[in-house]
Amino acid sequence: MSKKDSEYLINRKDNQYEVVIGLEVHAQILSDSKLFSTSATKFGAEPNTQVSLVDAAFPGMLPVINEFCVKQAIKTGIGLNAKINKRSVFDRKNYFYADLPQGYQISQFKDPIVGEGKVILDMPNGRKEIGIERLHLEQDAGKSIHDLDPQNTFVDLNRSGVALMEIVSKPDLRSPDEVNAYIKKLRSIMRYLGTCDGNMQEGSLRADVNVSVRSKGSKEFGTRCEIKNVNSIKFMQMAIEYEANRQVDLIEEGKTIDQETRLFDTKKNETRSMRSKEDAHDYRYFPDPDLLPLVVSEKFIEELKNDIPELPDDKKKRFIEEFKLSPYESNILVSDIDTAKYFEEVVAKMGKNKDIKLAVNWITGELFAVLNSKGLEISQSPVSAKNFAILINLIKNGTISGKIAKTVFELMIDGDNDPQKIVEEKGLKQQSDPKALEALIDKIINDNRQKAIEYKQGKEKLFGFFVGQAMKASGGKANPQLINEILKKKL
Amino acid sequence: MSDITKQTLTELVENIKNKKLSSTDVTKAFIDRSEKSEKLNAYITNDFTSALDKAKKFDQNPNFDLKLPGIPVAVKDLFCTKNIKTTAGSKILNNFVPTYESTVTENIWNEGAILLGKLNCDEFAMGSSNETSFFGNVQSPIDENLVPGGSSGGSASALAAQLTPVTIGTDTGGSIRQPASFTGIVGLKPTYGSCSRYGIVAFASSLDQAGPMAKNVNDCALLHEVISSYDPKDSTSIDFKRSHYSKELTNNIKGKKIGIPKEYRVDGMPKEIEDLWQKGIQYINDCGAEIINISLPNTSYALPTYYIVAPAEASSNLARYDGVKYGFRAKGENLIDMYEKTRSEGFGAEVQRRIMIGTYVLSSGYYDAYYLKAQKVRRLIKNDFDEAYKKVDAILTPSTPSSAFKIGEKTNDPVSMYLNDIFTVPVNLAGLPGISIPAGHDSKGYPLGLQIIGKAFDEQNILNIAYAMEEKINFKNKITDWWIK
Repeated sequence: MSKKDSEYLINRKDNQYEVVIGLEVHAQILSDSKLFSTSATKFGAEPNTQVSLVDAAFPGMLPVINEFCVKQAIKTGIGLNAKINKRSVFDRKNYFYADLPQGYQISQFKDPIVGEGKVILDMPNGRKEIGIERLHLEQDAGKSIHDLDPQNTFVDLNRSGVALMEIVSKPDLRSPDEVNAYIKKLRSIMRYLGTCDGNMQEGSLRADVNVSVRSKGSKEFGTRCEIKNVNSIKFMQMAIEYEANRQVDLIEEGKTIDQETRLFDTKKNETRSMRSKEDAHDYRYFPDPDLLPLVVSEKFIEELKNDIPELPDDKKKRFIEEFKLSPYESNILVSDIDTAKYFEEVVAKMGKNKDIKLAVNWITGELFAVLNSKGLEISQSPVSAKNFAILINLIKNGTISGKIAKTVFELMIDGDNDPQKIVEEKGLKQQSDPKALEALIDKIINDNRQKAIEYKQGKEKLFGFFVGQAMKASGGKANPQLINEILKKKL
Repeated sequence: MSDITKQTLTELVENIKNKKLSSTDVTKAFIDRSEKSEKLNAYITNDFTSALDKAKKFDQNPNFDLKLPGIPVAVKDLFCTKNIKTTAGSKILNNFVPTYESTVTENIWNEGAILLGKLNCDEFAMGSSNETSFFGNVQSPIDENLVPGGSSGGSASALAAQLTPVTIGTDTGGSIRQPASFTGIVGLKPTYGSCSRYGIVAFASSLDQAGPMAKNVNDCALLHEVISSYDPKDSTSIDFKRSHYSKELTNNIKGKKIGIPKEYRVDGMPKEIEDLWQKGIQYINDCGAEIINISLPNTSYALPTYYIVAPAEASSNLARYDGVKYGFRAKGENLIDMYEKTRSEGFGAEVQRRIMIGTYVLSSGYYDAYYLKAQKVRRLIKNDFDEAYKKVDAILTPSTPSSAFKIGEKTNDPVSMYLNDIFTVPVNLAGLPGISIPAGHDSKGYPLGLQIIGKAFDEQNILNIAYAMEEKINFKNKITDWWIK
């Protein structure tokens, strides 16, 4: 596929349009307590059970910064190859809402903790760099529940004050596929760092999507619309597609695009206007006088740098070099940290005489299939890396055939059973004694004289028939390589 | 002992430690006098019954090692007190009972003091006369229908009227020093960061500071020693080495250099204020300290700067009073309607005025011209003091440009009311400590105060200067008990 072919363009009569996308990702920081209070942050707790006086904005309550959350933000900044700002400032973003107890959200406006950075995407047509504008720390609001009562709205403040990182990209994304790759890459990096679990179902990762369109080749940006609070990659892609086409249609009709905030209706698959630029809130940002500017030392940052694990890009490079894997295989293994962990554990447990390619094929083949069908994450794999490694070694050293291995694997799933034991107990060990196999084949040829003659006369397809018969007679345990050799000799 | 309530804190502590008085005796005396003084309207909420219980408990098992052993104390109703209604002088918190205790009051109870009740104040500490309180005016014990000053007006009135041996107030632009000056008592606004703001209903976070109010400097030093502490629950609290203010108190200020800023001679300032200031300069000389004329060139910008910064912060700090979680809630058609009605009915006129000013100066398009500029001027004002302190150890000024005024005299003229804070607001903007001590009377016999401004964290020094001057001034507060039949 050439670069041209892979471009995402919207075609109308004589015109082609390019889509320009920027994302504001809200990532919940993985932390046991909130950004400015000691309340717990566990997902799914009973409403209003994780709320301190600070979170509920009682009179005289004051925020105190959670150092761990600061470290998490800086680590994420390092993972995004970004500039860490030694001095950042918390501002108040003022607006009224029932689930915003303080009447303002503490955020960072002019001086964020993390500045410019970049993320590398592996797209089918090559690498693409996406610029990061900034990352700042902010509090989450509570949750308004409108559908429990016809007259009243209920408010759950469990989320109130939970630490978020807002990661703002530059308008460098050009297609729904790139958005998909970008979100996955961000999530992957943060999971490697342990700074965000990336769980979109639980709302740990959500995004505001800025979309504009422009004639292909144009250097100017079009008027953008912001689609608020989209919480799945699929919805982001659908929203972008709808929104880009809506904007193109307006241009084609000679109309102008209004800068506005829009909502994505997941049921109707369309975006709807929420508020225009004129109605935009005046948030009256100003530095929070309850908090001093956040100042971190070079040493503090350096210590965090030393604490950064190998990240997906580096791991991929190493897998290619060290294990001679293809970029494609490496990508699959590194994109999720738990998969990479599992793979590396398997490699370690296989010992000296290992077949890494075979292990990769089995992980991406059999193991993934089982996980998929059971709806499990690899971290919940029913087969431990240790037993998985033993299984691969059993294939590698000829103890069992690949086919038998599949049977053994089936038997391992229930209770992470030792494959060695299964092979012994079920007598699945491969039959590799040439004398026994010769006897077995002699008998088959004898029983099928007519077919043997036909084979000799040129009906080569019949070779498979004999292999099948031999395997069947051996209960599948015969070493297929030896069977082949003996058959060729005898026929 | 009929004169219990006339005693200073230091005397009461001494008498309790020597077992000449019990905590019950003392507590009873202050309760009796408080009950006879309802006309002053100094209290919003009293806790007399449980105060007596606590006093009896103390007497059964006294601990004389504490700094305030069994001493009853009433506090400004801006401090959150556990299980005791805390209103901030506002209708919007009329039914609010905290489940927590402010750090400053906690410090007082930890030293053995007993809560008498919660004292009246201007609504959310916004006012200079205690006339904005939802719970009504406070009368000054100095004269009928005279304001006690504000916003810690209930505290000043209660202390001067001997309803509490000492008290604590809060000072955002002069709210301790101005009422102290109006009622003939001592009031200290500590360095920003000296006393924790945790549990104090916030007005303007970058300016608010709690401080002691007392009959004399010695009591003031002792109470300050108790309330000042580093508190990790307040991110702006500062961990510096605090001295034993009362133990280290000395009247020896020989050789100290005291600055007299020429910019504090404002237009229309009564001659008696100027005379008082000159008298103060004389006392300083008498104490062997040196007078040095200084300049604080940006002083005239302090008041406008203050009336941008303080309302800006207040507009945001008061957003939490929305009827959703606690406090007063008006019925509304929908959320917005409920907000509007709750806040229109729940806040008084002065608070609403400041919320509007604050909202305006932070609005996009006005932020740079007002809020940002005010922050820059604030820096200049601080620089003025930094420059001055290269030459002097402290600064002497009048506390207020006039003596106390009559109730109702300035309520329709907010600007003239704001002008009352002209000598006190620069101190808050610069985050410095300032103390007001009674220094004389005007022609009507109303008290007048002098202010000593110190370097940051140099409370000991200004307490010492105040202590030395106090001896020379020998001020006697003229309290006639006019309100007691």
